[in-house]
Amino acid sequence: MTSAPTILTATAERFANVEFDSVLGDVVARAPREDVVGFLESVRDAGYEMFIDLCAVDYLVRDPRFDVVINVVSLAESSRLRVIIGVPGTDSTMPTITAVYPGADFYEREAFDLFGIDFSGHPDLTRILLPDEWEGHPLRKEIAIGSVPVQFKEANKAQ
Amino acid sequence: MSKPSDTVPGDLETPDAAEGASPADPDPATGDRRTVHDLWLSGTESPRQLGPFTDEGAQEMLPEESGQILSSQLGTIVEDDFEGSAGSGDEELQIINMGPQHPATHGVLRLQIELDGETIRRVKPIIGYLHTGMEKTAEELTYMQGSTNVTRMDYLSPLHNELCFSLAVEKLLEVEVPPRAQAIRVLMSELNRIASHLLWSATSGFDIGALSMMIYGLRERESVLEFFEKVTGLRMNHNFIRPGGVAADLPAGWQQDVTGIIETVTAGIADFETLLMGNPIFIERTQGIGILTREECFAYGVTGPLARASGIDYDVRKVFPYSGFEQYEFEVPMMSNGDVYDRFVVRFEEMRQSMRILEQVIETIPAGDYRTEDRKVTPPPRARIDESMEALIHHFKIFTEGFKVPPGETYQAVESSRGELGMYLVSDGGSKPWRLHVRGPSFAHVQALPMMLTDSLIADTIATIASADPVMGDVDR
Repeated sequence: MTSAPTILTATAERFANVEFDSVLGDVVARAPREDVVGFLESVRDAGYEMFIDLCAVDYLVRDPRFDVVINVVSLAESSRLRVIIGVPGTDSTMPTITAVYPGADFYEREAFDLFGIDFSGHPDLTRILLPDEWEGHPLRKEIAIGSVPVQFKEANKAQ
Repeated sequence: MSKPSDTVPGDLETPDAAEGASPADPDPATGDRRTVHDLWLSGTESPRQLGPFTDEGAQEMLPEESGQILSSQLGTIVEDDFEGSAGSGDEELQIINMGPQHPATHGVLRLQIELDGETIRRVKPIIGYLHTGMEKTAEELTYMQGSTNVTRMDYLSPLHNELCFSLAVEKLLEVEVPPRAQAIRVLMSELNRIASHLLWSATSGFDIGALSMMIYGLRERESVLEFFEKVTGLRMNHNFIRPGGVAADLPAGWQQDVTGIIETVTAGIADFETLLMGNPIFIERTQGIGILTREECFAYGVTGPLARASGIDYDVRKVFPYSGFEQYEFEVPMMSNGDVYDRFVVRFEEMRQSMRILEQVIETIPAGDYRTEDRKVTPPPRARIDESMEALIHHFKIFTEGFKVPPGETYQAVESSRGELGMYLVSDGGSKPWRLHVRGPSFAHVQALPMMLTDSLIADTIATIASADPVMGDVDR
């Protein structure tokens, strides 16, 4: 746990199962999904006050299949922290972090929309970019480009 | 059905109706009503020749359209996307839809607004009308093609998108970019910031009622776009900044062009400030409107000029410098009220600071390569292909398969015109990204619109949206 930034020393001690690492100069913390809300709360109180980003990545053959990646910034320390949460493909749920960072609202909806990750406890987990009646989650790797018929394709058949 | 013999053809004042007994008059008994088309055809030989132009025929319901769809289109049914019942029994609340086709939402942004009289009680931004799956497309394009894709996301600051993508790829490749390429990148991205802010000042001034701002702002922006055209060949979507450097060196005489831009824009901004900032109507419409507090900015990931107008000293160029920004001197303008007026002040000052950077680039730009000489990334010069087998192989590999990027993941951020533009790039070791996530600043700003709008007046909505400056291509991707 030596690679945890100094302002997170207490947090790293409290959450012993969170692995800190340094990847290409970025501080990365891998947190188990059960602890994510408590961990982020501690991180926020330690000074990482600015929510920047949340996104999902589908690794398809890896276990756990999905990564949910959260980016936060501490202005006082000029430091970025990336929190990565592994989410298995068979049970693609994780607790929402909107209670800690309200700005995660739209980002979680986007991850749900495009990857089908279910953020339990989210106030309004609906599709955000795609139409409500869309089936499937197109940024998952098993969905290839062109495999989903889109509306205007029917235009040629009608003639 | 024939016209009276004394009718002059084309004379619309032929008093058919006044005479009351004209043969062209409809017979009230048969229900044959006059339509607007009869008036248009009054000069022709026989007005009814062109068929039954009755309003019933034109508006007949299509057979497959159900009554539900039709009444929804006509507005008799208002479909409510809100959670729970709107207004919870209070009949005074009404819901209006603003957009997606609204000139002042700057794209296809739709706001569902719950109104209590003229006061906004709840707002729900509805986005996705411009979603074209660009993040999925990015997984199908090689790293070399990738910048053509990302440049189309935030179409008002394309060079920032390209810069962010290139920096992320270079970070994974661990490729060093020559100092001249870095300086060209700084020059182009700062010019892009000026162009974007000028367009913003034009449209938001226009939205608030300063109609001449539309012309003035676009006129000054044109000087920047002309320079872009000279350098990159295109006015938008340049694909100029690429992994490994930039596409071409600056053309001869670029220093004069940039100096000319600085002169034009400096004079322009002075004019705009005289036109807007001292104007009592403008002040009335912008001060104390659309306020975002410091805490709200932190919580909702609001960055860029909006955060700086709320007193947050956050500029990616200063906090996490990239592309050699640490060697240039510039200030980060800040205000503290977080209202629309302060955002104007911050953006005008930001343009001045960008021009300071431009002046420093002109003075300090080093000579050298405009792209890395690493042949795994940069295609060899055309002449070398005829001489060297190695060069031919590199050229072939780069343009068929694309160069490979070592496995890994990285998050790269740049300060775009709107705020922090971040890209999370995951490589599996192939020649295409495994995943490219784009963190657009406008996405966070649209999300924060309810914070700015709730409990304000409906008339302030336009000024607030304009000050947030969302680009829907960046939001929906």
